[in-house]
Amino acid sequence: MSKLGIIINGLVKENPTFVLLLGMCPTLGTTSSAINGMSMGLATMAVLICSNIVISLLKSLIPDKVHIPCYIVVIAGFVTVVQLLLKAYAPEVDAKLGLFIPLIVVNCIVLGRAESFAAKNGPIDSACDGIGIGLGFTIALTLIGLCREFLGAGTAFDLRVFPENFGALTFVLAPGAFITLGFIVAIFNKITEKK
Amino acid sequence: MAKKLENSLLNMFLSLTVICVVVGGLLGLVADVTAQPIQDAKDAAQKAAIAAVAPEFDAVADPQKVEQPNGIEAIVFAVSKGGEVVGHAVQATTLKGFGGKVIIMFGFDLDGNITGYNVLDCSNETPGLGSKIPVWFQKGQKGDVIGKNPSTNNLSVSKDGGEVDAITAATISSRAFCDAIAQAASVLTGTDVDTAASAQVGSNN
Repeated sequence: MSKLGIIINGLVKENPTFVLLLGMCPTLGTTSSAINGMSMGLATMAVLICSNIVISLLKSLIPDKVHIPCYIVVIAGFVTVVQLLLKAYAPEVDAKLGLFIPLIVVNCIVLGRAESFAAKNGPIDSACDGIGIGLGFTIALTLIGLCREFLGAGTAFDLRVFPENFGALTFVLAPGAFITLGFIVAIFNKITEKK
Repeated sequence: MAKKLENSLLNMFLSLTVICVVVGGLLGLVADVTAQPIQDAKDAAQKAAIAAVAPEFDAVADPQKVEQPNGIEAIVFAVSKGGEVVGHAVQATTLKGFGGKVIIMFGFDLDGNITGYNVLDCSNETPGLGSKIPVWFQKGQKGDVIGKNPSTNNLSVSKDGGEVDAITAATISSRAFCDAIAQAASVLTGTDVDTAASAQVGSNN
């Protein structure tokens, strides 16, 4: 598979949110607005790319029986680095995402890609996979966040589209996350089916 | 695919140990590099909050920690202009938010009127509802509390018989805001604060 093919694969065919349905916790939890969803997606993407590269480099040095603890240590290391960097240079983002940043450690997308891709492919391919899956996740979260923010609060990326009083509050709350996700997954499957 | 190391105890022990040590070292390094910027960011947020809420000032006295009625420590900054105390900024914490803790910086002039407020943390409030606290109670907004005095005005939400209009569909967060005002006001009227603040800055008079 070409490098571009790997990226496209992560974006469409194996889109983590819409096709693999992985990482639902941050998907539902952080998409109350488009900006929040996008920040979460980008943070996850940074961790994913770094951990994919490192795990792909280390794969022959890690005995099978301890591969999960090794992967988790690598992933947790990168997550903490991202969290410290956010706290230092983007405190507003850190304040908004709060607990969801450290929770990237247990995001099954990251460990899943380490297991199913990085452990079997070279570092450059793994980096491409990280970019593809990471972008897929970011776009998915931004899209869900945009829909919820628009329907619930009447804004898009914090810009007012229609008066707030017409918003359906459900969409900003947890049930709206499930409803929005369900509809978007359905539409996504319909479109990719025709291809 | 490169051949993997076999599952001998030594190999497992070594690989896991080396990875942990390297990652630990990396974390230590990053924590070291980011410690200063993180502290700076916190200080800057606090300074910006004081500047946003307090009456016009040119100096801020050292923070005073005072226990609130709910047992949490509030931080009081006396602000002065030309050597005279012109008011206080109080960082108050309430536990009555929808998601627990809400931290708000209030500014008071010497008569105890609220000159402004700035929310430092309401990240546990519901997005779109309780998270409106930072704007809802500002001057000119629906729940305007600026210029009101907690000791003469009844600053609780209108549902509880007070004169503050609660955020639509977020009565709990609004009550938390009023509780934060009450906590801040009671800290401010506590005698120890007044004497301490005037002892610090008052010597210039």
